[in-house]
Amino acid sequence: MKTADKKTTATMLVKEALEKAKKFEDYNIFTFVNEEGALKKAAEIDAKIARGEKVGKLAGVPYALKDNYLSPEGETTASAHILQGFTSPITATSVEKLEKEGAIMIGRTNLDAFAHGSSTENSYFGPTLNAYDKERVAGGSSGGSAVAVALDIVQFATGSDTGGSIRQPASFNGVYGLKPTYGAVSRYGVVAMASSTDCMGFFTKTPEDMDLLMSIASGRDEKDMTTLPDFYDKSEIKKVRKIGVVKDFDNDSVNTEIRNALKEKVEDLKKKGIEIVELDMPTLKYALAAYYIIVPAEVASNLSRYDGIRYGFRSENSKDLDSLYENTRSEGFMPENKRRIMIGNFVLSSGFYDAYFLKAAKARTLIVKEYEEAFKKCDFILTPVSPNYAFKLGEKVNDPIAMYLEDLMSVSLNLAGVPGLAVPVGKTKTGLPLGLQLVGPRRSDKSLIEFSKELK
Amino acid sequence: MKYIPTIGIECHVQLSTKTKLFSEVDNDARGKGPNSCVSPICYALPGMLPRLNGEAIKFAIRAGRAMNCEINASSRFDRKHYFYPDSPKGYQITQFYHPIIGAGYVELPSGTRVNIEHAHLEGDAGKLTHFDSYSLVDLNRVDTPLIEIVSMPDIHSAKDAHDYCKELWRLMRYAKVTYGDLYNGNMRFDVNISLAPEGSDKLGTRAEVKNLNSFRSVERAVEYEISRQTKILEAGEKVMQETRGWSDATGKTTGQRSKEEAKDYRYMPEPDIPPINLSKEFIEEESKKLPLMPADYRKKFNGKLSTDILEVLLDYPELMEKLNEVDDKYVIMIANLFTSVLLAEEKSAEYLNDLPDTQKLSDLAEMNDKKELSSTATKEVFLRLFDPQMKSRDTKTIAKELGLIQENDLGALEAIVDIVLAKPETKKAQDDFRNGEEKVIGFLVGQVMKESKGKANPSAVQQILRDKLK
Repeated sequence: MKTADKKTTATMLVKEALEKAKKFEDYNIFTFVNEEGALKKAAEIDAKIARGEKVGKLAGVPYALKDNYLSPEGETTASAHILQGFTSPITATSVEKLEKEGAIMIGRTNLDAFAHGSSTENSYFGPTLNAYDKERVAGGSSGGSAVAVALDIVQFATGSDTGGSIRQPASFNGVYGLKPTYGAVSRYGVVAMASSTDCMGFFTKTPEDMDLLMSIASGRDEKDMTTLPDFYDKSEIKKVRKIGVVKDFDNDSVNTEIRNALKEKVEDLKKKGIEIVELDMPTLKYALAAYYIIVPAEVASNLSRYDGIRYGFRSENSKDLDSLYENTRSEGFMPENKRRIMIGNFVLSSGFYDAYFLKAAKARTLIVKEYEEAFKKCDFILTPVSPNYAFKLGEKVNDPIAMYLEDLMSVSLNLAGVPGLAVPVGKTKTGLPLGLQLVGPRRSDKSLIEFSKELK
Repeated sequence: MKYIPTIGIECHVQLSTKTKLFSEVDNDARGKGPNSCVSPICYALPGMLPRLNGEAIKFAIRAGRAMNCEINASSRFDRKHYFYPDSPKGYQITQFYHPIIGAGYVELPSGTRVNIEHAHLEGDAGKLTHFDSYSLVDLNRVDTPLIEIVSMPDIHSAKDAHDYCKELWRLMRYAKVTYGDLYNGNMRFDVNISLAPEGSDKLGTRAEVKNLNSFRSVERAVEYEISRQTKILEAGEKVMQETRGWSDATGKTTGQRSKEEAKDYRYMPEPDIPPINLSKEFIEEESKKLPLMPADYRKKFNGKLSTDILEVLLDYPELMEKLNEVDDKYVIMIANLFTSVLLAEEKSAEYLNDLPDTQKLSDLAEMNDKKELSSTATKEVFLRLFDPQMKSRDTKTIAKELGLIQENDLGALEAIVDIVLAKPETKKAQDDFRNGEEKVIGFLVGQVMKESKGKANPSAVQQILRDKLK
């Protein structure tokens, strides 16, 4: 990580980042650019350096913040109309930790509204464009963050991953993207999508940067009861001997170039003396179905608070309470938000709870067990991140199922709570980035990052 | 046909924890402005997560044990969804599937047992005040911890319904889990009532009367419902299953919404709060903190205090605690002072918060016992024990300063009697008494009392007079 010093000042780093942000404006990366605030902070850090005072591990490092992280700088909208006008009095725990080390937020990045999506096309502010091909999607939901790092505007960006929202855009844009173990990084102050699967993570250009960020941002947070006791810095680097590959993922529905990239890496690893284990994980085929029951249920519940009463957007001309709710939510949510709210309310409604939600919860338990079994046979698993590389803008917008299928290989990790790291492994013949996903057992985040260096 | 009422009661108890159930913000909004005890979590900003208050768990254990309930080693929270401005999150965090408090029972003063089905922890909702064209929302009450106590349908009369609610109120106050201020809604009752023909093994259709906040209105609402439903059944019609509201002013219940259009709350496990697992030791430790309960006192003072006095005193845990500390032989004396003097005082509520030391009360009872204080003087000194200016002094000093100590020294009394008998104005009375006019003794005693400035023990004086006038 390039931090500020006397020669390369924080102001210089921030100015450069702001200039690049401007230069790449047409990619629609940022929902807010923090010009004034960032320069002010940079000046403060430069003054400290000039006085010879101690500065943090991220002193003067410009970064991009996914727009679902709360902080008083700029409106926190989660790229949703219904949150427009909302400036947070609260700062998310992870933002607090990063800024304490001197990191400087230069802008808030675009996402699918409320992180519902796999292409950033569901944003109220329109889609973010792929860093390598402006006709293609950035992936999602953390599309803005992935592209901001891919275009070298910032050295890192935050993301949130509920079912692939970090890993998929990372692989679409050729950067590293980590979805940590569930509970490794505090969720406090991040607009909730699905509480039991939401994980806060990062986009970086190198495994070393990822390691540094995790050592800063992870840890028990009293404000988030689901955070794990501190483990990241205490965990030992595992000596990796066996890598698992999932048999079921090697089929015709997965793009050939992605399958070939995986095979190539597997051969490389074999040459390095690593044993390859073929895994039979039959339960994973239920992951997507279970995910699209559990997650919408939690989504519907978590979005209940957006009612136009206390903050954000409120529809005009409502004559009574019911119409205020109806109009505000009808106008304030995107179609995909509404789709998930309706599915969620349906699976939770009395008479359907046992048939859907409860069954999905049971399937989830089986998936957790299947991963536990798999990690008895191997240290890590190597899989594609998604069945396809970056697709064309608009290609899947009208086909929600096709869009959901993008999450096929990523969602099971969120259900199981295990960490996954998207690693850039090369390009397609047409020059689009290809990524693979390293999956480890819970709390293996540090080893996972370390081992990713072997895939370079 | 005779109809038997069957009644089940749900009671919400607001817990008097320092902070709220899910955030570290003041839980005591008494006398504070609207929306002044509100955290970003109560307000439901985006990204806010509940943080479970450990104190509320301890309160729940004590409340549960006060009702002889099992405490579940593992419990968890669920979300109950509904849209209304009193619920900023759009759901209430409650315990639908796995409550912390299991089955138990409450024994009424009459000896009737009402079984408790379960009781659970949940966050309260805010408060709306409606005006002509707008409503105001006060979120101070949001996430105040509540325990909802669900009884079995074991109650069969308005009187028992009243007594059950009152006993719950006592238990919760003895367990020190609530301020128990009914006027301010610290406890609220929802009453389910149905009628069935005598001898029938099937229950009738029930009506639920919601949001009652006094024992008296519970009793009246049940009485009203029994007569309303009886009339319906006698007319051969059917009772509708519905929620009804009670008006103290009209003394009637009125239909609010029928269960057909009841909301679907779409319950879901609360993903932000991990399950609560309690060790046996932890439950045991907290249970031990429960003081003696009304049932214990009933056992202890049975035969000693009249039921009437005991049932009055049981409303005041502070007084029972004192009574438990004083020597057995003074219990009746002190109990009488509590009921006839202390509770009759205008400032009694204030006095209850600051009771005199047990020692002072015992001294007072002892002085009365030894006839050093007349019963009037005892009452007077008793009240002075609450006087802030007398606080530092012991009972005897106060009695002396007030000049209320009775003369019991027979020699001294005789001397006073002699002075009185020597007075010419008592001559006629003396003669009359000797001639068998019994009632003039009162006049003579009065004269002696006057001479002694009220300090003489009247019964001793009378004895001396009788001896002398033989």
